[in-house]
Amino acid sequence: MSTVILLTLTGLGLAALYFLVASGLSLVFGLADVLNFAHGLFLGVGAYATWWAAGNLPGAGSGGFGFVVAVAFGVLAGALVAVLVELVLIRPLYSRTIEQVLVTVGLSLAGVALLQATWGADARPFPRPAWTREVTSILGANVPNAGLLLIIAAVLVLGGLLAFLRFTRYGLIIRAGVENREMVTALGIDVRKAFTLVFAIGGAAAALAGALGGVYFGTVSPGQGGSLLIFAFIVVVIGGMGSVVGSAYAAVAVGLLQQFVNYYGTSGLGDLCVVGLLAVVLLLRPQGLAGKVATA
Amino acid sequence: MTEVKSPEVAAPPAQVPDELTPGRSRWHGLRPYAPLAALVVAAIVPYSTVNLPGVFEGPLNSPGTLQLLAICLVFGGLAAGYDLLFGRTGMLSFGHALYFAAGVYGTDVLVTRGGLPLWQAALLTITGGTVLAALLGAVALRTVGIAFAMVTLAFAQVGAILVARDFGGLTGGEEGLPLDVSGLPSALVGVANTVNLYWLALAYLALVVFVVHRVSGSPTGRVLAGLRDDERRIGVLGLDPYRFKLVAFTLAGGLATAGGVVYCLIVGGASPHVTSSELTLSLLVMVVLGGPGTRWGPVLGGVLYMYLDHRLTAFGTSDAVNSLPAFLSHPLSQPLFVLGTVFILAVYFFPGGLASLRTRLHPLLTARRRR
Repeated sequence: MSTVILLTLTGLGLAALYFLVASGLSLVFGLADVLNFAHGLFLGVGAYATWWAAGNLPGAGSGGFGFVVAVAFGVLAGALVAVLVELVLIRPLYSRTIEQVLVTVGLSLAGVALLQATWGADARPFPRPAWTREVTSILGANVPNAGLLLIIAAVLVLGGLLAFLRFTRYGLIIRAGVENREMVTALGIDVRKAFTLVFAIGGAAAALAGALGGVYFGTVSPGQGGSLLIFAFIVVVIGGMGSVVGSAYAAVAVGLLQQFVNYYGTSGLGDLCVVGLLAVVLLLRPQGLAGKVATA
Repeated sequence: MTEVKSPEVAAPPAQVPDELTPGRSRWHGLRPYAPLAALVVAAIVPYSTVNLPGVFEGPLNSPGTLQLLAICLVFGGLAAGYDLLFGRTGMLSFGHALYFAAGVYGTDVLVTRGGLPLWQAALLTITGGTVLAALLGAVALRTVGIAFAMVTLAFAQVGAILVARDFGGLTGGEEGLPLDVSGLPSALVGVANTVNLYWLALAYLALVVFVVHRVSGSPTGRVLAGLRDDERRIGVLGLDPYRFKLVAFTLAGGLATAGGVVYCLIVGGASPHVTSSELTLSLLVMVVLGGPGTRWGPVLGGVLYMYLDHRLTAFGTSDAVNSLPAFLSHPLSQPLFVLGTVFILAVYFFPGGLASLRTRLHPLLTARRRR
């Protein structure tokens, strides 16, 4: 029994990581039709900024309140980079979908290489508070605290995002824009401001994933974002593009499936099952669990 | 979509491809033979001992240079095959590395683990890769646009996982699998025979260019171009887009598998990086840099990209770069940073890629001539 609880909670931790990356991707795709390959870069920026801040920023550190400051700095850096990318690179190519994808592909190649050039290709030990290395006993299972931290963070982000989308004016514009962008534009609302906002939110969530993922894995390396990104893509497609709630459901399904199959089957089999799930969902319900039809 | 055209207004004449316009210069009659001449020049390169300092490390016929050239040629062919999907049919596939990797690992596993002679292994691999492309394409093509890109990406990821996790101990996992050369024809083994591999790569490139050229000139090719421009119109004409796309996908997959076979022989083994999604992304970069939908653009882009990818490493560690301040020299020592930046700039400022350079420079040149 304790094994099942442990697997469930670690699976949920993984799901939390996927959700943090996928929610931003999904919103950006739903609203602006941009398949953002540079999203992994935002994650890398967040992780490295947190790592840098913990060592160099006054007031920040690897424990207690200093760690919160470091993570906040990382999230801010991720959001800032995302906004810059949107304003400088994506906006001039407005409504030219293929070119936007190409630019984000180039950006992901160049950006990861830049991280590698600055801090080296090897993984670096991540500064983390001592309590995240310990375990908490829940119903007889020893669950790593870092995983619990991820779950709590993801639930908070999910709640915050839903509240933002539901109760604010900009949230309304974003929801309407995902549904029908032309109509929103026709009503005289500048959707492009919402694009920038969505990029900032996505960048911040991805940077948070990078920082907390660093705590979870214990190290930070330039290629980390890329490997997470593919599973985040799968989560986005399964969940339905443009739907935050769909991403959450899909992330939980993918994380649990992966964790359980990898434990009870051969290692690596879980990853294959996830792709199998993707194929089944696409064949039976091409628009994903929730969301609009996934076309170009 | 709602515009109503009066029948009197004649549609503007379809733009004739550049290759068909009769040239005005005296080279006009010789132009069809230019590719042949280029092929002959490329074929006799190994007989030259010219030393190009800075461009290559040794003379042209040294094994190191020939191997680099052979890799460049294979990727030129691979990019041309990928262009059949991206540039000519308008399908954005992110999983092309899978079929290339199937060629590399198929040959390697069948020869090294299965002990088959090379020709059998190659034949089996190419058949298998083509069938794989047909099967996966049949599923993936049920989606369109960005969803298609994601599905192909996911399929390619399965290939990467299968190779990396090393089920059944076949692929050698992260260390890769060196090719067992004892059963190979002796003409393809050893440093002294690198020249034969070079010719093999050249033959592969010529084959791909020939096939893509023939396909795009055929009625099928015109349908593919129609799919790229307006898929609904093809459907209205009573043709089934799904079947034509599947044909293109299968053909491109088969060509990529053949490229994998050649690549496996050139580098003498398989390593997991050929399965990575980065390889597909770099194929995309090659095609866009060269000029999608043109005959020579992707080839040029592929050759140039691979050359730069290999040579920029040497350039990055050279004294000229090292003497620069750190904030410049560190990024410049990363080939992918330079190539990625060039790629972004190309998307903005050279949408047609290298192949469009001539038409872009044309007004400039005529202006100079008039002066």
